[in-house]
Amino acid sequence: MNVQTAQVFSIEALKSGDPDEFARLVDAYSGPVYRLGLRMLRREQDAEDVLQNTFLKVLQHIRNFEERSSLSTWIYRIAANEALMMLRKMRPEVDLDDQGADDDEKYMPHLFTDWGALPESSLESGEAKKYLENAIVALPPSLRVVFILRDIEGLSIKETSEALSLTETNVKTRLLRARLNLREQLSVYFNEQFPRENVDG
Amino acid sequence: MADHIHNSMTCDQLLGMLADYLDGQSRDEVCHEIEAHISECSNCRVVVDTTRKTISLVHACNDEPINIPDDVRERLFQKLNLVRQFPPQTD
Repeated sequence: MNVQTAQVFSIEALKSGDPDEFARLVDAYSGPVYRLGLRMLRREQDAEDVLQNTFLKVLQHIRNFEERSSLSTWIYRIAANEALMMLRKMRPEVDLDDQGADDDEKYMPHLFTDWGALPESSLESGEAKKYLENAIVALPPSLRVVFILRDIEGLSIKETSEALSLTETNVKTRLLRARLNLREQLSVYFNEQFPRENVDG
Repeated sequence: MADHIHNSMTCDQLLGMLADYLDGQSRDEVCHEIEAHISECSNCRVVVDTTRKTISLVHACNDEPINIPDDVRERLFQKLNLVRQFPPQTD
């Protein structure tokens, strides 16, 4: 869980409509929710719609929040649903349910360049980070949403499965595919950028 | 990836166990099997190392708190009918 969302909130105050507590909640989660919207939908206006719709729903339903999951997981669940719903409306042809789930071969590693041994300055250069960011937003949406919640927002496997109504096994499968896909793409990038420094390349 | 057998574990089997291993959720005996496999299989060692590095790189790119643009925040607070006199917390 990131720094912003590690804060503690009074559920009682939120349920009783305390505006200061709700504003504090919005300030803590608006960054992560906006970032999720941007990465899922790519356009700032769409990310803003996800942000507003998410908190309108939080405000509308907080009285009925039953605490079966944490407040954080509940907010991410609403935000992920909003983003996926918008994506479905905008691009109905996109497969959000991972119908190609059995297509393991697609995610098998093919490049074995040992770029992990490169110095930090090369690995964490601005260009490498930009390449990685582009690779994340290019992931299929069904993998991307799992990757964002688990590896970027820091939810556990269990919390991610609750937020997306997936089994934990399904979350792990999608997460591994996302990670292997990004690893493969970074292998292409580092192989091109540092051909002489590769150990195995 | 060509499927080789090293220490009774195939490369495909290692991939199937990789998610738990990278998250530190594998049982000790599975960890030992994976480590024995990658000590003999350079391709799997590279996959394990670079996947782990990929995750670290993602964390390094996302460890700063995110603040939404001021105008986006203002419109959000208006939409929610929340009047906020104070600037957002930055810590």
